[in-house]
Amino acid sequence: MTAPAIELKGISKAFGPVQANKDISISVQPGTIHGIIGENGAGKSTLMSILYGFYKADAGEIFIKGQKTLIPDSQAAIRAGIGMVFQHFKLVENFTVLENIILGAEDGAMLNSSLGNARKELKHLAEEYGLNVDPDEVIENLSVGHQQRVEILKALYRKAEILILDEPTGVLTPAEADQLFRILDRLREEGKTIILITHKLREIMEYTDTVSVMRRGEMTATVKTAETSPEHLAELMVGRKVLLRVDKKPAEPGATVLDIKGLRVVDEAGVERVKGIDLTVRAGEIVGIAGVAGNGQSELLEVLGGFADGTGTITMNGAEIPLSGHGADGQARRAAGISHVPEDRQREGLIMEFAAWENTVFGYHHSPEIQNGLLMDNKGIYTEAEAKMQRFDVRPPDPKLAAKNFSGGNQQKIVLAREIERNPDLLLIGQPTRGVDIGAIEFIHQQVVNLRDQGKAILLVSVELEEILSLADRVVVMFDGHITGERDAAQTNEKELGLLMAGITDTSAVANGNGGNDTTQQEVPADG
Amino acid sequence: MDFLTLLQVLDTSVRLATPLLLACLAGLYSERSGVVDIGLEGKMLAAAFFSAAVAFYSGSAWVGLLAGVGASVALAVIHGLASVTFRGNQLISGVAINFLAAGMTVLVAQSWFRQGGRTPPLEGDARFNPIELPFAIGPKDAEAAGKPLSQMISEAGPLQQFYSELISGHSSLVYLALLTVPLTWWLLFRTRFGLRLRAVGENPAAVDTAGVSVVWLRYAAVLICGVLCGVAGAYLSSALQAGFVKDMTAGRGFIALAALIFAKWRPVYALWACLLFGLFQALELRPDIIENVSGIKVQVQLLGALPYILTVVILAGFVGKAIPPKASAEPYIKER
Repeated sequence: MTAPAIELKGISKAFGPVQANKDISISVQPGTIHGIIGENGAGKSTLMSILYGFYKADAGEIFIKGQKTLIPDSQAAIRAGIGMVFQHFKLVENFTVLENIILGAEDGAMLNSSLGNARKELKHLAEEYGLNVDPDEVIENLSVGHQQRVEILKALYRKAEILILDEPTGVLTPAEADQLFRILDRLREEGKTIILITHKLREIMEYTDTVSVMRRGEMTATVKTAETSPEHLAELMVGRKVLLRVDKKPAEPGATVLDIKGLRVVDEAGVERVKGIDLTVRAGEIVGIAGVAGNGQSELLEVLGGFADGTGTITMNGAEIPLSGHGADGQARRAAGISHVPEDRQREGLIMEFAAWENTVFGYHHSPEIQNGLLMDNKGIYTEAEAKMQRFDVRPPDPKLAAKNFSGGNQQKIVLAREIERNPDLLLIGQPTRGVDIGAIEFIHQQVVNLRDQGKAILLVSVELEEILSLADRVVVMFDGHITGERDAAQTNEKELGLLMAGITDTSAVANGNGGNDTTQQEVPADG
Repeated sequence: MDFLTLLQVLDTSVRLATPLLLACLAGLYSERSGVVDIGLEGKMLAAAFFSAAVAFYSGSAWVGLLAGVGASVALAVIHGLASVTFRGNQLISGVAINFLAAGMTVLVAQSWFRQGGRTPPLEGDARFNPIELPFAIGPKDAEAAGKPLSQMISEAGPLQQFYSELISGHSSLVYLALLTVPLTWWLLFRTRFGLRLRAVGENPAAVDTAGVSVVWLRYAAVLICGVLCGVAGAYLSSALQAGFVKDMTAGRGFIALAALIFAKWRPVYALWACLLFGLFQALELRPDIIENVSGIKVQVQLLGALPYILTVVILAGFVGKAIPPKASAEPYIKER
């Protein structure tokens, strides 16, 4: 057997009292795709940062191709043949592709020769791996998928033999993700070693050769992918059995709660982001809006939530609500029975520096039951916050702790507790499980389904197709500000939605077989 | 207005634009690296005093220049420590440096020279004197011909007038400042250092992951900024004027910042912006010219305010948007 491409022995790293990595050993064979899976905060990123020279391990050794190697900084990692593609790209947006590629790897003090050489090398790499990008295009004009290619090219240009990808598909369309994995396959065939960090079980099962599972800073198992199952991996990640599919009974939609007609939204830069959409949400159903990020879903939520202006008509329980000017703010929306769990919970859902108990009443300060004469009834709010945190299983259940000190999942539970317990007629919920652990996902999904079963209307926006498919009753796909299709969640699949998400409305080729073309047509139950 | 008067106004514009240009380019290096510097004013002021003081003692303007640059660089290091090493608020550090310089220069001047916070007037080699370019009509030619200089120039042809009045007869620092423009352009857009400098002001994480030190790049930029501010300050007290007086920078550091925005952080645009703002300052000294040309009496204060008004117009996006380097004013902290 050849020497492993990378071998880590007994790596430990602590940040203050938090043990991020505990005695981790792992061995990755050359020419394989090795998956690392684990919940948020399990220590995956810390481990990879140690490998890339961002952090220094407290203990442990790194071997590259059997050679003991010290990696004190990124330069050393690059020299050792390690390339990293971060989740948030490290590109200079107003530089060209070529400039980004040579940055830090220039041939000499003058740019011209570096640029010329890089251009040649880039052409060569493009042919070898099918990584085509226009070298003179400015990064901000490239699609996210192409930007990611630039990141991969950057690593290959630095002669990387080992490529680490951190959550690479989070920002891609399904089609772009497929392309990425084709490229990774090609790289593997050429003998490169790939480490894939992800929380998506499907990607692990489909594309990796081996998989390591991390939990709470420890490596709990390394198994051959062919010899495991998603359920088993999930159990290894969380430490208990997890329900991967949402357990829910068929929806029983009632009267129309939200009715949108001809909604248009123009953003601050003057670009039309929502281009005339019609949409209804009924009581007792979850309508999921699928789409690649940036196709108008966020703007739709913002108008409904009252923090962006729009034109068109929206009625809530039969009464028209204003879309701009006076009465088109969050306060008015809440009064109309709309609750909102925003997409960016850290910016719009919480004040990170404030304590959890204060965060449990934001937006509801005017409610009579928390007033105490002229002042607010802080004691009452605190006691209620404590109870809310119990009911929503927020950990740690300490209302005094600042919001920023909770994990993503627990932050989301605080927002959910605030919005759901106000008993809204309509719940807007954006990216409910972004950055949330598997264990908490299960809980959050269950809360949303419970709310539906109480006869409330729910509008869900998510870029995670799996989430839309398992949670929504009806799926609406948005592309470039338009609705490109509407499907019954039980009778569609990822492929079909993927086409709609790319703006292709003819999906007959990939639709579910039962019933032929008819099932792909919209299946909207009649108004009850 | 005759041709010669126009030349004289332009000549004054160039003289007044020089400190603006040096300070503006200083700010350009700093802000392109992601460090906002509103302490240009303070650094110039400190350099103006120390260069004048040392030039007075040593009798050499060049030794004075070195001292001025040294003082300015010392303040730049403080700004670097505060904003790069300790990741503090760059605006607060800049404000502090301005106050420090404003107070310190007067205090030290009073203690050294006892002339009410000013240095004694500089004479001879303690000043940067005008340089006579070849074939230009200068004081020596006038002496040889036995005629006053102004008369000789007014009798010359327009080309000779243009050459002698506007191109020739500036101090070496003016020519140095003008040369800094192409040099800066070349450094920024043609060298590895420039690429990295521009990158670190846009996305320091990209530079860091590429294995290049963000800290050292930013220090390099802050130090270059210190050197250029030092030259600007020395120019004020030992070329434009003959000696240091209290608060002699008179807001030039802020006008330079305005010019930087006006120039959209580009070196060649910075030259034009500073010349334009220099022209405003020159007209401020000669309000009679505007009145003669346009027939309208213009308040001098309005001319003084024009650079700021224009900058607000630019910032509001009327003349194409001025987009600052994305990472400016943000300390770089490695994310977990």
